[in-house]
Amino acid sequence: MADTVIQKAVIRDTVIQAPSTRSSAVDVTTRRRVRRLGPGKRIPFSRGIGPLLLIAVWSIASAAGRLDPRILPAPWSVVDTGWQLWQAGTLGPDLAISLQRAAEGFAFGLVAAVALSLLAGLSRVGAALIDGNVQINRALPILGMIPLFILWLGIGETFKISIIAIAVYIPIYINLSAALSAIDRRYVELAETLGLSRWEFLRQVVIPGALPGFFTGLRLGVTAAWLALVVVEEVNATSGLGYLMYQQASYGLIDSVVVGLAIYGIWGFTSDLIVRLIERRVLSWRSTLDG
Amino acid sequence: MAKHPGRLTGNPPSVVISSLTRGFGARTVLHGIDLEIPQGQFVALVGRSGSGKSTLLRAIAGIDHEVDGDGAISTPPRVSVVFQDSRLLPWRRVLANVLLGLPRRGPKAREAGERARAALAEVGLAGREDAWPNQLSGGEAQRAALARSLAREPDLLLADEPFGALDALTRIKMHTLLRELWERHGPTVLLVTHDVDEAVLLADRVLVLEEGRFILDLPIDLPQPRSVRDERLVAYRERLLEALGVQLDESVLEEVAS
Repeated sequence: MADTVIQKAVIRDTVIQAPSTRSSAVDVTTRRRVRRLGPGKRIPFSRGIGPLLLIAVWSIASAAGRLDPRILPAPWSVVDTGWQLWQAGTLGPDLAISLQRAAEGFAFGLVAAVALSLLAGLSRVGAALIDGNVQINRALPILGMIPLFILWLGIGETFKISIIAIAVYIPIYINLSAALSAIDRRYVELAETLGLSRWEFLRQVVIPGALPGFFTGLRLGVTAAWLALVVVEEVNATSGLGYLMYQQASYGLIDSVVVGLAIYGIWGFTSDLIVRLIERRVLSWRSTLDG
Repeated sequence: MAKHPGRLTGNPPSVVISSLTRGFGARTVLHGIDLEIPQGQFVALVGRSGSGKSTLLRAIAGIDHEVDGDGAISTPPRVSVVFQDSRLLPWRRVLANVLLGLPRRGPKAREAGERARAALAEVGLAGREDAWPNQLSGGEAQRAALARSLAREPDLLLADEPFGALDALTRIKMHTLLRELWERHGPTVLLVTHDVDEAVLLADRVLVLEEGRFILDLPIDLPQPRSVRDERLVAYRERLLEALGVQLDESVLEEVAS
Protein backbone atom coordinates (compact mmCIF):
# COMPACT_ATOMS: atom_id res chain seq x y z
CA MET A 1 0.00 0.00 0.00
CA ALA A 2 2.63 2.47 1.12
CA ASP A 3 4.69 1.70 -2.00
CA THR A 4 1.94 2.57 -4.39
CA VAL A 5 1.29 5.83 -2.60
CA ILE A 6 4.93 6.78 -2.97
CA GLN A 7 4.93 5.85 -6.65
CA LYS A 8 1.92 8.03 -7.29
CA ALA A 9 3.58 10.92 -5.54
CA VAL A 10 6.68 10.50 -7.69
CA ILE A 11 4.66 10.40 -10.87
CA ARG A 12 2.79 13.52 -9.89
CA ASP A 13 6.12 15.15 -9.15
CA THR A 14 7.51 14.49 -12.61
CA VAL A 15 4.40 15.88 -14.20
CA ILE A 16 4.71 19.09 -12.26
CA GLN A 17 8.39 19.43 -13.15
CA ALA A 18 7.88 18.64 -16.79
CA PRO A 19 9.20 21.29 -19.21
CA SER A 20 6.77 23.79 -20.65
CA THR A 21 6.86 22.27 -24.15
CA ARG A 22 5.17 19.26 -22.72
CA SER A 23 2.16 21.17 -21.48
CA SER A 24 1.55 22.61 -24.92
CA ALA A 25 1.71 19.12 -26.37
CA VAL A 26 -0.95 18.11 -23.88
CA ASP A 27 -3.10 21.02 -25.04
CA VAL A 28 -3.03 19.79 -28.62
CA THR A 29 -3.91 16.22 -27.77
CA THR A 30 -6.70 17.13 -25.37
CA ARG A 31 -8.44 19.36 -27.91
CA ARG A 32 -11.30 17.31 -29.26
CA ARG A 33 -10.68 16.45 -32.87
CA VAL A 34 -13.82 16.15 -34.97
CA ARG A 35 -13.52 13.66 -37.75
CA ARG A 36 -14.58 15.23 -41.00
CA LEU A 37 -17.06 13.00 -42.80
CA GLY A 38 -17.84 15.16 -45.84
CA PRO A 39 -15.44 14.98 -48.80
CA GLY A 40 -14.01 18.45 -48.08
CA LYS A 41 -13.41 21.43 -50.32
CA ARG A 42 -14.23 21.27 -53.99
CA ILE A 43 -11.21 20.84 -56.29
CA PRO A 44 -11.53 23.16 -59.29
CA PHE A 45 -12.01 21.36 -62.63
CA SER A 46 -11.83 18.08 -60.74
CA ARG A 47 -14.02 16.28 -63.29
CA GLY A 48 -11.31 16.73 -65.91
CA ILE A 49 -8.47 15.37 -63.80
CA GLY A 50 -9.33 11.67 -64.20
CA PRO A 51 -9.62 11.71 -68.01
CA LEU A 52 -6.47 13.85 -68.35
CA LEU A 53 -4.55 11.42 -66.18
CA LEU A 54 -5.81 8.52 -68.29
CA ILE A 55 -4.59 10.21 -71.47
CA ALA A 56 -1.23 10.96 -69.82
CA VAL A 57 -0.73 7.29 -68.87
CA TRP A 58 -1.76 6.23 -72.35
CA SER A 59 0.74 8.69 -73.93
CA ILE A 60 3.59 7.61 -71.67
CA ALA A 61 2.93 3.93 -72.31
CA SER A 62 2.83 4.52 -76.09
CA ALA A 63 5.96 6.67 -76.10
CA ALA A 64 7.83 4.08 -74.05
CA GLY A 65 6.85 1.43 -76.58
CA ARG A 66 4.90 -0.56 -74.04
CA LEU A 67 1.70 -0.39 -76.08
CA ASP A 68 1.52 -2.36 -79.31
CA PRO A 69 -0.03 0.08 -81.86
CA ARG A 70 -1.98 -2.88 -83.29
CA ILE A 71 -3.71 -3.22 -79.91
CA LEU A 72 -4.06 0.47 -79.09
CA PRO A 73 -2.51 3.21 -81.24
CA ALA A 74 -0.79 6.17 -79.61
CA PRO A 75 -2.90 9.25 -78.81
CA TRP A 76 -1.05 11.39 -81.37
CA SER A 77 -1.63 8.91 -84.17
CA VAL A 78 -5.33 8.88 -83.24
CA VAL A 79 -5.41 12.69 -83.44
CA ASP A 80 -3.50 12.53 -86.72
CA THR A 81 -5.92 9.98 -88.21
CA GLY A 82 -8.86 12.07 -87.03
CA TRP A 83 -7.41 15.12 -88.75
CA GLN A 84 -6.82 13.19 -91.97
CA LEU A 85 -10.37 11.83 -91.95
CA TRP A 86 -11.68 15.34 -91.39
CA GLN A 87 -9.57 16.75 -94.24
CA ALA A 88 -10.63 13.96 -96.55
CA GLY A 89 -14.22 15.05 -95.90
CA THR A 90 -15.34 11.68 -94.53
CA LEU A 91 -15.59 12.60 -90.86
CA GLY A 92 -17.46 15.92 -91.02
CA PRO A 93 -20.73 14.82 -92.65
CA ASP A 94 -20.84 11.62 -90.57
CA LEU A 95 -20.38 13.61 -87.37
CA ALA A 96 -23.12 16.02 -88.38
CA ILE A 97 -25.63 13.28 -89.12
CA SER A 98 -24.79 11.45 -85.88
CA LEU A 99 -25.20 14.59 -83.81
CA GLN A 100 -28.49 15.33 -85.48
CA ARG A 101 -29.80 11.82 -84.79
CA ALA A 102 -28.73 11.96 -81.15
CA ALA A 103 -30.24 15.42 -80.67
CA GLU A 104 -33.57 14.53 -82.30
CA GLY A 105 -33.88 11.25 -80.48
CA PHE A 106 -32.98 12.92 -77.22
CA ALA A 107 -35.51 15.70 -77.73
CA PHE A 108 -38.35 13.26 -78.48
CA GLY A 109 -37.36 11.04 -75.56
CA LEU A 110 -37.20 13.99 -73.19
CA VAL A 111 -40.62 15.36 -74.17
CA ALA A 112 -42.21 11.91 -73.95
CA ALA A 113 -40.61 11.21 -70.56
CA VAL A 114 -41.74 14.51 -69.05
CA ALA A 115 -45.27 14.21 -70.40
CA LEU A 116 -45.69 10.57 -69.33
CA SER A 117 -44.22 10.99 -65.88
CA LEU A 118 -46.33 14.09 -65.18
CA LEU A 119 -49.44 12.17 -66.23
CA ALA A 120 -48.46 9.10 -64.21
CA GLY A 121 -47.16 11.02 -61.22
CA LEU A 122 -50.02 13.44 -60.77
CA SER A 123 -53.10 11.35 -61.41
CA ARG A 124 -54.09 7.92 -60.21
CA VAL A 125 -55.69 7.09 -63.58
CA GLY A 126 -52.52 8.14 -65.39
CA ALA A 127 -50.41 5.95 -63.14
CA ALA A 128 -52.73 2.98 -63.70
CA LEU A 129 -52.53 3.34 -67.48
CA ILE A 130 -48.90 4.33 -67.96
CA ASP A 131 -46.60 3.10 -65.25
CA GLY A 132 -46.94 -0.65 -65.76
CA ASN A 133 -46.37 -0.34 -69.49
CA VAL A 134 -43.21 1.71 -69.03
CA GLN A 135 -41.89 -0.86 -66.56
CA ILE A 136 -42.41 -3.57 -69.21
CA ASN A 137 -40.82 -1.40 -71.89
CA ARG A 138 -37.87 -0.89 -69.58
CA ALA A 139 -37.29 -4.63 -69.36
CA LEU A 140 -37.13 -5.05 -73.16
CA PRO A 141 -33.59 -4.88 -74.55
CA ILE A 142 -33.06 -2.22 -77.21
CA LEU A 143 -31.20 -4.67 -79.46
CA GLY A 144 -34.18 -7.01 -79.32
CA MET A 145 -36.55 -4.28 -80.45
CA ILE A 146 -34.49 -3.28 -83.48
CA PRO A 147 -35.76 -5.99 -85.91
CA LEU A 148 -39.36 -5.15 -85.07
CA PHE A 149 -38.79 -1.43 -85.51
CA ILE A 150 -37.09 -2.03 -88.85
CA LEU A 151 -40.17 -4.00 -89.95
CA TRP A 152 -42.46 -1.20 -88.82
CA LEU A 153 -40.49 1.87 -89.84
CA GLY A 154 -37.94 0.69 -92.38
CA ILE A 155 -34.25 1.40 -92.00
CA GLY A 156 -34.48 5.16 -92.42
CA GLU A 157 -33.99 7.96 -89.94
CA THR A 158 -37.38 7.46 -88.24
CA PHE A 159 -36.35 4.05 -87.00
CA LYS A 160 -33.02 5.32 -85.66
CA ILE A 161 -34.50 8.33 -83.92
CA SER A 162 -37.28 6.16 -82.42
CA ILE A 163 -34.77 3.74 -80.93
CA ILE A 164 -32.72 6.61 -79.45
CA ALA A 165 -35.88 8.23 -78.06
CA ILE A 166 -36.86 4.98 -76.34
CA ALA A 167 -33.42 4.63 -74.81
CA VAL A 168 -33.64 8.22 -73.55
CA TYR A 169 -37.17 8.35 -72.21
CA ILE A 170 -36.90 5.32 -69.90
CA PRO A 171 -34.28 6.59 -67.43
CA ILE A 172 -35.79 10.07 -67.40
CA TYR A 173 -39.29 8.67 -66.81
CA ILE A 174 -38.13 6.34 -64.02
CA ASN A 175 -36.27 9.05 -62.12
CA LEU A 176 -38.74 11.85 -62.71
CA SER A 177 -41.80 9.84 -61.75
CA ALA A 178 -40.02 8.55 -58.63
CA ALA A 179 -39.22 12.16 -57.70
CA LEU A 180 -42.81 13.23 -58.36
CA SER A 181 -44.28 10.54 -56.17
CA ALA A 182 -41.74 11.32 -53.43
CA ILE A 183 -42.91 14.94 -53.05
CA ASP A 184 -43.45 15.61 -49.39
CA ARG A 185 -47.12 15.44 -48.37
CA ARG A 186 -46.47 18.30 -46.00
CA TYR A 187 -45.89 20.61 -48.96
CA VAL A 188 -49.12 19.41 -50.54
CA GLU A 189 -50.94 20.34 -47.33
CA LEU A 190 -49.23 23.71 -47.28
CA ALA A 191 -50.27 24.38 -50.87
CA GLU A 192 -53.86 23.50 -49.93
CA THR A 193 -53.93 25.85 -46.94
CA LEU A 194 -52.45 28.64 -49.07
CA GLY A 195 -55.17 28.09 -51.65
CA LEU A 196 -52.79 27.51 -54.57
CA SER A 197 -54.38 26.75 -57.91
CA ARG A 198 -53.46 23.47 -59.59
CA TRP A 199 -51.13 25.29 -61.95
CA GLU A 200 -49.45 27.26 -59.13
CA PHE A 201 -49.07 24.03 -57.17
CA LEU A 202 -47.30 22.47 -60.15
CA ARG A 203 -45.11 25.51 -60.72
CA GLN A 204 -44.17 26.25 -57.13
CA VAL A 205 -44.14 22.85 -55.46
CA VAL A 206 -44.19 19.87 -57.81
CA ILE A 207 -41.77 20.90 -60.54
CA PRO A 208 -39.05 22.43 -58.34
CA GLY A 209 -39.43 19.58 -55.87
CA ALA A 210 -38.96 16.97 -58.60
CA LEU A 211 -36.04 18.73 -60.31
CA PRO A 212 -33.25 16.86 -58.47
CA GLY A 213 -34.69 13.53 -59.64
CA PHE A 214 -35.23 14.94 -63.11
CA PHE A 215 -31.57 15.88 -63.42
CA THR A 216 -30.45 12.40 -62.36
CA GLY A 217 -32.69 11.03 -65.10
CA LEU A 218 -31.46 13.61 -67.57
CA ARG A 219 -27.82 12.63 -67.10
CA LEU A 220 -28.65 8.97 -67.57
CA GLY A 221 -30.78 9.88 -70.58
CA VAL A 222 -27.97 11.84 -72.25
CA THR A 223 -25.61 8.88 -71.88
CA ALA A 224 -28.32 6.53 -73.14
CA ALA A 225 -28.69 8.68 -76.27
CA TRP A 226 -25.02 8.18 -77.21
CA LEU A 227 -25.15 4.45 -76.49
CA ALA A 228 -28.26 3.97 -78.59
CA LEU A 229 -26.68 6.04 -81.35
CA VAL A 230 -23.76 3.62 -81.66
CA VAL A 231 -26.11 0.65 -81.68
CA VAL A 232 -28.39 1.95 -84.45
CA GLU A 233 -25.48 3.18 -86.54
CA GLU A 234 -23.53 -0.03 -86.38
CA VAL A 235 -26.45 -2.35 -87.02
CA ASN A 236 -27.99 -0.77 -90.06
CA ALA A 237 -26.71 2.46 -91.43
CA THR A 238 -25.09 4.01 -94.46
CA SER A 239 -23.89 7.13 -92.72
CA GLY A 240 -22.93 8.41 -89.30
CA LEU A 241 -20.02 7.98 -86.96
CA GLY A 242 -20.91 4.41 -86.00
CA TYR A 243 -21.15 3.45 -89.66
CA LEU A 244 -17.78 5.03 -90.33
CA MET A 245 -16.17 3.12 -87.45
CA TYR A 246 -17.73 -0.13 -88.56
CA GLN A 247 -16.57 0.37 -92.13
CA GLN A 248 -13.02 1.29 -91.13
CA ALA A 249 -12.82 -1.63 -88.73
CA SER A 250 -13.66 -4.04 -91.54
CA TYR A 251 -10.53 -2.73 -93.34
CA GLY A 252 -8.53 -3.28 -90.17
CA LEU A 253 -8.02 0.45 -89.63
CA ILE A 254 -7.86 0.38 -85.88
CA ASP A 255 -6.77 4.06 -85.62
CA SER A 256 -10.05 5.19 -87.15
CA VAL A 257 -12.03 3.00 -84.75
CA VAL A 258 -10.26 4.67 -81.84
CA VAL A 259 -11.00 8.08 -83.39
CA GLY A 260 -14.69 7.19 -83.35
CA LEU A 261 -14.56 5.94 -79.78
CA ALA A 262 -12.70 9.06 -78.68
CA ILE A 263 -15.34 11.27 -80.28
CA TYR A 264 -18.13 9.34 -78.50
CA GLY A 265 -16.20 9.75 -75.26
CA ILE A 266 -15.77 13.49 -75.75
CA TRP A 267 -19.44 13.89 -76.61
CA GLY A 268 -20.56 11.91 -73.58
CA PHE A 269 -18.22 13.75 -71.24
CA THR A 270 -19.16 17.17 -72.59
CA SER A 271 -22.88 16.59 -72.54
CA ASP A 272 -22.71 15.29 -68.97
CA LEU A 273 -20.70 18.36 -68.03
CA ILE A 274 -23.31 20.65 -69.56
CA VAL A 275 -26.13 18.91 -67.69
CA ARG A 276 -24.16 19.15 -64.45
CA LEU A 277 -23.55 22.86 -64.95
CA ILE A 278 -27.24 23.49 -65.58
CA GLU A 279 -28.09 21.33 -62.58
CA ARG A 280 -25.79 23.26 -60.30
CA ARG A 281 -27.28 26.57 -61.39
CA VAL A 282 -30.88 25.43 -61.14
CA LEU A 283 -30.49 23.59 -57.84
CA SER A 284 -28.36 26.24 -56.16
CA TRP A 285 -30.73 26.19 -53.16
CA ARG A 286 -29.44 22.79 -52.13
CA SER A 287 -26.63 22.41 -49.66
CA THR A 288 -25.33 18.92 -50.19
CA LEU A 289 -21.97 17.19 -50.13
CA ASP A 290 -21.56 18.32 -53.71
CA GLY A 291 -21.36 21.88 -52.28
CA MET B 1 -57.58 46.64 -19.87
CA ALA B 2 -59.62 45.09 -22.63
CA LYS B 3 -58.10 47.02 -25.51
CA HIS B 4 -58.65 44.35 -28.05
CA PRO B 5 -62.13 43.80 -29.51
CA GLY B 6 -61.63 40.06 -29.03
CA ARG B 7 -61.88 40.52 -25.33
CA LEU B 8 -65.40 41.92 -25.61
CA THR B 9 -68.17 39.42 -25.40
CA GLY B 10 -70.94 39.44 -27.94
CA ASN B 11 -68.74 39.51 -31.03
CA PRO B 12 -70.30 37.52 -33.87
CA PRO B 13 -68.87 34.00 -34.11
CA SER B 14 -65.93 33.47 -36.40
CA VAL B 15 -65.79 29.70 -36.15
CA VAL B 16 -68.84 27.53 -35.60
CA ILE B 17 -68.49 23.78 -35.25
CA SER B 18 -71.43 21.50 -34.62
CA SER B 19 -71.47 17.79 -33.82
CA LEU B 20 -68.11 17.24 -35.48
CA THR B 21 -67.02 13.63 -35.62
CA ARG B 22 -63.74 12.40 -37.02
CA GLY B 23 -62.20 8.97 -37.00
CA PHE B 24 -59.62 6.72 -38.58
CA GLY B 25 -61.26 3.41 -39.45
CA ALA B 26 -62.79 1.94 -36.32
CA ARG B 27 -61.09 4.44 -34.02
CA THR B 28 -63.12 7.59 -33.35
CA VAL B 29 -60.91 10.56 -32.56
CA LEU B 30 -63.47 13.36 -32.20
CA HIS B 31 -66.86 12.58 -30.64
CA GLY B 32 -69.46 15.07 -31.82
CA ILE B 33 -67.73 18.29 -30.88
CA ASP B 34 -69.58 21.64 -30.65
CA LEU B 35 -67.60 24.86 -30.52
CA GLU B 36 -68.15 28.54 -31.15
CA ILE B 37 -65.29 31.04 -31.26
CA PRO B 38 -66.18 34.75 -31.36
CA GLN B 39 -64.36 36.97 -33.84
CA GLY B 40 -60.95 38.08 -32.68
CA GLN B 41 -60.71 35.70 -29.73
CA PHE B 42 -57.38 34.05 -28.93
CA VAL B 43 -58.12 30.44 -28.05
CA ALA B 44 -55.61 27.84 -26.95
CA LEU B 45 -56.43 24.18 -27.35
CA VAL B 46 -54.53 21.87 -25.04
CA GLY B 47 -54.64 18.15 -24.59
CA ARG B 48 -52.38 15.18 -24.24
CA SER B 49 -50.93 13.59 -27.35
CA GLY B 50 -53.61 11.53 -29.01
CA SER B 51 -56.42 13.62 -27.56
CA GLY B 52 -57.48 14.72 -31.04
CA LYS B 53 -56.30 18.33 -30.99
CA SER B 54 -54.38 18.15 -34.25
CA THR B 55 -57.25 16.24 -35.86
CA LEU B 56 -59.60 19.08 -34.86
CA LEU B 57 -57.26 21.75 -36.21
CA ARG B 58 -56.77 19.89 -39.47
CA ALA B 59 -60.53 19.50 -39.80
CA ILE B 60 -61.02 23.25 -39.35
CA ALA B 61 -58.22 23.91 -41.84
CA GLY B 62 -59.94 21.56 -44.30
CA ILE B 63 -56.86 19.45 -44.96
CA ASP B 64 -58.21 16.15 -43.63
CA HIS B 65 -59.43 14.69 -46.93
CA GLU B 66 -58.61 11.09 -46.06
CA VAL B 67 -60.35 11.16 -42.67
CA ASP B 68 -63.87 9.78 -42.16
CA GLY B 69 -66.27 12.09 -40.39
CA ASP B 70 -69.45 14.00 -40.00
CA GLY B 71 -70.64 17.36 -38.73
CA ALA B 72 -70.52 20.97 -39.84
CA ILE B 73 -67.73 23.53 -39.73
CA SER B 74 -68.08 27.15 -40.69
CA THR B 75 -65.01 29.37 -40.90
CA PRO B 76 -64.30 32.84 -42.25
CA PRO B 77 -63.09 33.03 -45.86
CA ARG B 78 -59.44 33.80 -45.13
CA VAL B 79 -57.77 31.13 -43.04
CA SER B 80 -54.02 30.78 -42.49
CA VAL B 81 -52.26 27.81 -40.96
CA VAL B 82 -48.93 27.77 -39.14
CA PHE B 83 -47.49 24.28 -38.74
CA GLN B 84 -45.04 22.88 -36.22
CA ASP B 85 -42.34 22.88 -38.88
CA SER B 86 -41.95 26.12 -40.78
CA ARG B 87 -42.77 24.31 -44.03
CA LEU B 88 -40.89 26.79 -46.15
CA LEU B 89 -40.24 25.53 -49.66
CA PRO B 90 -36.46 25.01 -49.70
CA TRP B 91 -36.26 25.88 -53.41
CA ARG B 92 -37.82 29.33 -53.02
CA ARG B 93 -36.18 32.32 -51.36
CA VAL B 94 -37.77 33.70 -48.21
CA LEU B 95 -39.75 36.46 -49.93
CA ALA B 96 -41.05 34.06 -52.59
CA ASN B 97 -42.16 31.73 -49.80
CA VAL B 98 -44.12 34.53 -48.13
CA LEU B 99 -45.64 35.45 -51.50
CA LEU B 100 -46.83 31.90 -52.22
CA GLY B 101 -50.45 31.95 -53.31
CA LEU B 102 -50.65 35.76 -53.40
CA PRO B 103 -51.32 37.53 -56.71
CA ARG B 104 -48.14 37.66 -58.77
CA ARG B 105 -49.45 39.54 -61.76
CA GLY B 106 -51.88 42.33 -62.39
CA PRO B 107 -52.70 45.34 -60.27
CA LYS B 108 -52.76 43.43 -57.00
CA ALA B 109 -49.25 41.98 -57.37
CA ARG B 110 -47.51 45.14 -56.25
CA GLU B 111 -49.66 45.49 -53.18
CA ALA B 112 -49.04 41.81 -52.32
CA GLY B 113 -45.30 42.35 -52.63
CA GLU B 114 -45.45 45.29 -50.27
CA ARG B 115 -47.57 43.33 -47.83
CA ALA B 116 -45.12 40.43 -47.89
CA ARG B 117 -42.15 42.72 -47.21
CA ALA B 118 -44.05 44.44 -44.44
CA ALA B 119 -44.93 41.08 -42.87
CA LEU B 120 -41.27 40.03 -42.97
CA ALA B 121 -40.24 43.31 -41.36
CA GLU B 122 -42.87 42.81 -38.67
CA VAL B 123 -41.42 39.47 -37.66
CA GLY B 124 -37.92 40.96 -37.66
CA LEU B 125 -36.73 39.46 -40.94
CA ALA B 126 -36.25 42.66 -42.92
CA GLY B 127 -33.15 42.25 -45.04
CA ARG B 128 -33.48 38.46 -45.22
CA GLU B 129 -35.91 38.48 -48.17
CA ASP B 130 -33.35 36.95 -50.52
CA ALA B 131 -32.05 34.29 -48.13
CA TRP B 132 -32.67 30.61 -48.82
CA PRO B 133 -34.73 28.82 -46.15
CA ASN B 134 -31.82 26.53 -45.24
CA GLN B 135 -29.81 29.62 -44.29
CA LEU B 136 -32.31 30.50 -41.55
CA SER B 137 -32.20 29.33 -37.95
CA GLY B 138 -35.16 27.39 -36.56
CA GLY B 139 -36.62 30.50 -34.96
CA GLU B 140 -36.12 32.61 -38.08
CA ALA B 141 -37.76 29.95 -40.24
CA GLN B 142 -40.76 29.87 -37.95
CA ARG B 143 -40.97 33.66 -38.03
CA ALA B 144 -40.90 33.51 -41.82
CA ALA B 145 -43.77 31.02 -41.65
CA LEU B 146 -45.64 33.45 -39.41
CA ALA B 147 -45.00 36.24 -41.93
CA ARG B 148 -46.34 33.98 -44.69
CA SER B 149 -49.62 33.53 -42.83
CA LEU B 150 -49.85 37.23 -41.87
CA ALA B 151 -49.29 38.44 -45.41
CA ARG B 152 -52.61 37.00 -46.48
CA GLU B 153 -54.39 39.01 -43.76
CA PRO B 154 -56.24 36.07 -42.25
CA ASP B 155 -59.51 36.32 -40.36
CA LEU B 156 -58.63 33.05 -38.68
CA LEU B 157 -55.14 31.90 -37.78
CA LEU B 158 -54.74 28.21 -37.01
CA ALA B 159 -51.47 27.25 -35.36
CA ASP B 160 -50.53 23.61 -34.75
CA GLU B 161 -47.88 23.60 -31.99
CA PRO B 162 -45.99 26.33 -33.84
CA PHE B 163 -43.30 26.69 -31.20
CA GLY B 164 -42.98 23.03 -30.27
CA ALA B 165 -39.66 22.54 -32.05
CA LEU B 166 -38.00 25.73 -30.81
CA ASP B 167 -35.61 26.16 -27.91
CA ALA B 168 -36.93 27.77 -24.71
CA LEU B 169 -35.41 31.23 -25.28
CA THR B 170 -36.64 31.49 -28.85
CA ARG B 171 -40.04 30.30 -27.71
CA ILE B 172 -40.37 33.16 -25.20
CA LYS B 173 -39.57 35.68 -27.94
CA MET B 174 -42.06 34.03 -30.28
CA HIS B 175 -44.79 34.23 -27.61
CA THR B 176 -44.33 37.98 -27.35
CA LEU B 177 -44.26 38.30 -31.13
CA LEU B 178 -47.42 36.28 -31.67
CA ARG B 179 -49.29 38.21 -29.02
CA GLU B 180 -48.17 41.54 -30.55
CA LEU B 181 -49.16 40.48 -34.03
CA TRP B 182 -52.55 39.38 -32.76
CA GLU B 183 -53.13 42.70 -31.02
CA ARG B 184 -52.19 44.62 -34.16
CA HIS B 185 -54.09 42.56 -36.73
CA GLY B 186 -56.87 41.06 -34.63
CA PRO B 187 -57.50 37.68 -36.28
CA THR B 188 -59.29 34.93 -34.46
CA VAL B 189 -56.56 32.56 -33.25
CA LEU B 190 -56.75 28.87 -32.48
CA LEU B 191 -53.44 27.74 -31.03
CA VAL B 192 -52.94 24.03 -30.50
CA THR B 193 -50.30 23.34 -27.88
CA HIS B 194 -49.25 20.76 -25.35
CA ASP B 195 -47.64 23.48 -23.25
CA VAL B 196 -50.01 24.63 -20.50
CA ASP B 197 -47.82 27.65 -19.66
CA GLU B 198 -47.93 28.79 -23.26
CA ALA B 199 -51.72 28.47 -23.28
CA VAL B 200 -52.21 30.47 -20.08
CA LEU B 201 -49.72 33.14 -21.07
CA LEU B 202 -51.19 33.83 -24.48
CA ALA B 203 -54.87 32.93 -24.68
CA ASP B 204 -58.16 34.54 -23.69
CA ARG B 205 -59.68 31.13 -23.41
CA VAL B 206 -58.27 27.66 -23.01
CA LEU B 207 -60.03 24.52 -24.18
CA VAL B 208 -58.98 21.13 -22.87
CA LEU B 209 -59.56 18.18 -25.16
CA GLU B 210 -59.55 14.66 -23.76
CA GLU B 211 -60.29 11.60 -25.84
CA GLY B 212 -62.14 13.62 -28.44
CA ARG B 213 -64.34 15.65 -26.12
CA PHE B 214 -63.93 19.04 -24.46
CA ILE B 215 -63.60 18.53 -20.73
CA LEU B 216 -62.88 22.14 -19.81
CA ASP B 217 -63.59 25.56 -21.37
CA LEU B 218 -61.68 28.05 -19.25
CA PRO B 219 -61.72 31.82 -19.88
CA ILE B 220 -58.45 33.41 -18.77
CA ASP B 221 -59.35 36.79 -17.39
CA LEU B 222 -55.92 38.33 -16.90
CA PRO B 223 -54.46 41.52 -18.38
CA GLN B 224 -51.55 41.38 -20.82
CA PRO B 225 -48.59 41.22 -20.56
CA ARG B 226 -48.75 38.26 -18.25
CA SER B 227 -46.02 36.79 -16.12
CA VAL B 228 -45.54 33.13 -15.21
CA ARG B 229 -44.91 34.30 -11.65
CA ASP B 230 -48.34 35.93 -11.33
CA GLU B 231 -50.26 33.99 -8.66
CA ARG B 232 -53.53 34.20 -10.56
CA LEU B 233 -51.81 32.71 -13.57
CA VAL B 234 -50.39 29.95 -11.44
CA ALA B 235 -53.91 29.19 -10.25
CA TYR B 236 -55.18 28.87 -13.85
CA ARG B 237 -52.23 26.69 -14.64
CA GLU B 238 -52.97 24.32 -11.75
CA ARG B 239 -56.60 24.03 -12.84
CA LEU B 240 -55.56 23.09 -16.35
CA LEU B 241 -52.99 20.59 -15.17
CA GLU B 242 -55.59 19.06 -12.91
CA ALA B 243 -58.00 18.75 -15.84
CA LEU B 244 -55.23 17.09 -17.84
CA GLY B 245 -54.74 14.64 -14.99
CA VAL B 246 -51.22 15.73 -14.12
CA GLN B 247 -50.49 15.21 -10.43
CA LEU B 248 -48.13 17.81 -9.06
CA ASP B 249 -48.61 16.98 -5.40
CA GLU B 250 -45.28 15.85 -3.98
CA SER B 251 -46.87 13.39 -1.56
CA VAL B 252 -48.32 11.57 -4.54
CA LEU B 253 -44.91 11.40 -6.19
CA GLU B 254 -43.47 9.97 -3.00
CA GLU B 255 -46.21 7.38 -2.81
CA VAL B 256 -45.42 6.31 -6.33
CA ALA B 257 -41.74 6.10 -5.55
CA SER B 258 -42.14 3.98 -2.42
